[in-house]
Amino acid sequence: AASAPKPLPSSGPKSLREMPHPLATSSSEEMGPALTPSPDLLLPRSIADKDLSLPNGTPVDTSSPASSSSLLNRLQLDDDLDVETRDLFVTVDDPKKHVCTMETYITYRVTTKTTRAEFDLPEYSVRRRYQDFDWLRNKLEESQPTHLIPPLPEKFVVKGVVDRFSEEFVETRRKALDKFLKRITDHPVLSFNEHFNVFLTAKDLNAYKKQGMALLSKVGESVKYVTGGYKLRSRPLEFAAIGDYLDTFSLKLGTIDRIAQRIIKEQLEYLVELREYGPVYSTWGGLEVELSEPLEGVSACIGNCCTALEELSEDMTEEFLPVLREYILYAESMKNVLKKRDQVQAEYEAKLEAVALKKEDRPKVPTDVEKCQDRVECFNADLKADMERWQNNKRQDFRHLLMGMADKNIQYYEKVCVT
Amino acid sequence: SRAVESQSEGQCAPVDSLWRRYSEFELLRNYLSVTYPHIVVPPLPEKRADFVWHKLSADNMDPDFVERRRIGLENFLLRVASHPVLCQDKIFYSFLTQEGGWKEMVNETGFQLKADSRLKALNATFRVKNPDKRFTELKHYSDELQSVISHLLRVRARVADRLYGVYKVHGNYGRVFSEWSAIEKEMGDGLQSAGHHMDVYAASIDDILEEEEHYADQLKEYLFYAEALRAVCRKHELMQYDLEMAAQDLTSKKQQCEELATGTVRTFSLKGMTSKLFGQETPEQREAKIKVLEEQIQEGEEQLKSKNLEGRDFVKSAWADIERFKEQKNHDLKEALISYAVMQISMCKKGIQVWTNAKECFSKM
Repeated sequence: AASAPKPLPSSGPKSLREMPHPLATSSSEEMGPALTPSPDLLLPRSIADKDLSLPNGTPVDTSSPASSSSLLNRLQLDDDLDVETRDLFVTVDDPKKHVCTMETYITYRVTTKTTRAEFDLPEYSVRRRYQDFDWLRNKLEESQPTHLIPPLPEKFVVKGVVDRFSEEFVETRRKALDKFLKRITDHPVLSFNEHFNVFLTAKDLNAYKKQGMALLSKVGESVKYVTGGYKLRSRPLEFAAIGDYLDTFSLKLGTIDRIAQRIIKEQLEYLVELREYGPVYSTWGGLEVELSEPLEGVSACIGNCCTALEELSEDMTEEFLPVLREYILYAESMKNVLKKRDQVQAEYEAKLEAVALKKEDRPKVPTDVEKCQDRVECFNADLKADMERWQNNKRQDFRHLLMGMADKNIQYYEKVCVT
Repeated sequence: SRAVESQSEGQCAPVDSLWRRYSEFELLRNYLSVTYPHIVVPPLPEKRADFVWHKLSADNMDPDFVERRRIGLENFLLRVASHPVLCQDKIFYSFLTQEGGWKEMVNETGFQLKADSRLKALNATFRVKNPDKRFTELKHYSDELQSVISHLLRVRARVADRLYGVYKVHGNYGRVFSEWSAIEKEMGDGLQSAGHHMDVYAASIDDILEEEEHYADQLKEYLFYAEALRAVCRKHELMQYDLEMAAQDLTSKKQQCEELATGTVRTFSLKGMTSKLFGQETPEQREAKIKVLEEQIQEGEEQLKSKNLEGRDFVKSAWADIERFKEQKNHDLKEALISYAVMQISMCKKGIQVWTNAKECFSKM
């Protein structure tokens, strides 16, 4: 069900088309009426909104990132309200094994449907392997260093412990890759990234890869962040708070992961005993005359319970645990972005000092740098808010899953334990 | 010692309560088994805790165990009181009503003398040529029943153990959700309440397993009943054995008599050989012997007759009680299984409740 793309609207979303490119330097007035940000975006935004935009989302000055954040805002709301405004749909499916002389590997089919002008055709279908996804992610990190790039599933697998070509492994990976691309698709800035476009459309990705960074688009790379050996003296409070949050967050997720694994282990041991338990009733039934039917009944019930329990454990392993781990990876990459942010701030502070010492009349440079820093902060806040929302939904999703499974298990019991 | 509330079943005795020790219950049961060998006498609950799973201590002083044993003893008395034959027994009646001197009373009946010590040798086999086939089958059945119920109880204990583990680990969720909720804003409340439900879930297993012990006790009763059933079969075996031995003895005496009378030796006997070698007896001696033998034969024939009668009576009445027992067993076990199923369903419903609550909490995050 996850791989079925949603139907495209007949014409592209007007709200998006009428807008100039998100990062184009245009006046904020063209944005149109800004909508009030949803409540769960409010808090982090208020932290970051220094001299950028008013709490109600109306951007104040002309710097494009501010407008892009309000755009982000609006798009998120649109996402909530109207699915039809989406104009880019990407799916990962159909894994296939390729056996070559040098190696064996799996490719996945990446299907794209879109009405965006940035794409030449409305539909694309290409095959990509994990390497390609990894390349894409690196490119995105390089070209959009202020943004949070979604995580990829683990690159390395311990050979001998996990079978790289087993159905379960491939399916788990496929789902993670699909989610990866969908997250990028949903992101108002990342989805317009040049490399992403190529990834989705190019027949021969390797040729493009070899070209290297030749394509310097106007998107995001106009300002190079020089991360020299600048040392940040102190992290501003809100970012220290984010950092602490992420640390505790990863910690708690790690604990939950361990608990879940322990539960699965206990369930499997329980299953082992149950498997012995059921047949004993059967044996007894063989001894009896009048009681044989009810005893056989109990035996059968227990058998059904075993099956249901097996399914529950499987689902936990395949659906629940990977999501937990994904979020831990996400937290890690967020921490890295925080560090980068620190770097930028450090640079700015150093430059500021240099200016103060030189007493040169160059207030512009630091201002630019300051603007950069603010940009970062802004993005961070937005993305964090974004992440929270995703978290809520994701949590709901897999809790529903977990409980649905518990329900299934339990309903099995009910249906089946009627002697 | 435990208090016994005496039940007035078909007797107009006032309701009393007195104190009886476990050992007195044992004495009562031994008395009944010996006095009514053809009856499947209800068993006592276990003296020591067996088939325990880890939570339940094997300590005989553990209050839960003591309580369950009390219920078991009460049940024993109810069984006896509702048995058409046993309930009429005077010793039983005084067990319920007479405070002092009951032990002496029992011993005065001299029932220990009647007890066949051979019955105690459980594994001794008696070569019985013509046992009633039904009893042989029944003995076989009781052996199998014992074996299968013990196996069942052992596995059930392990299953309970494991299930306990599963539930309790969920309690850890409670703690970590609580910790996690501390750092969250919008998600905090939802996580916290969900954590609470996980705690409830983890705690619920204690009551569930406590209830299941009742089911285990019902099975245990029939495990011990199998022993009682077996005992009746053994008694038949022994009676039959005695009968066959007596018949054999009679036959050999008759033969001896015949040989002495006719002077022919049909079977080889050492005596015969020695007498041949060392001279025969005098006619007078022979006559005396024959007379003795004839007396013994007559006695023997009477004994055989009465033994036969006894045997047939035993088979008849024992089989009647066995039929009664079978019906009781089928009825009781069916009910036990149904109540077990009901327990399982209720456990599942509780599970559904908890998880549905948790789900709601999550949806509010």
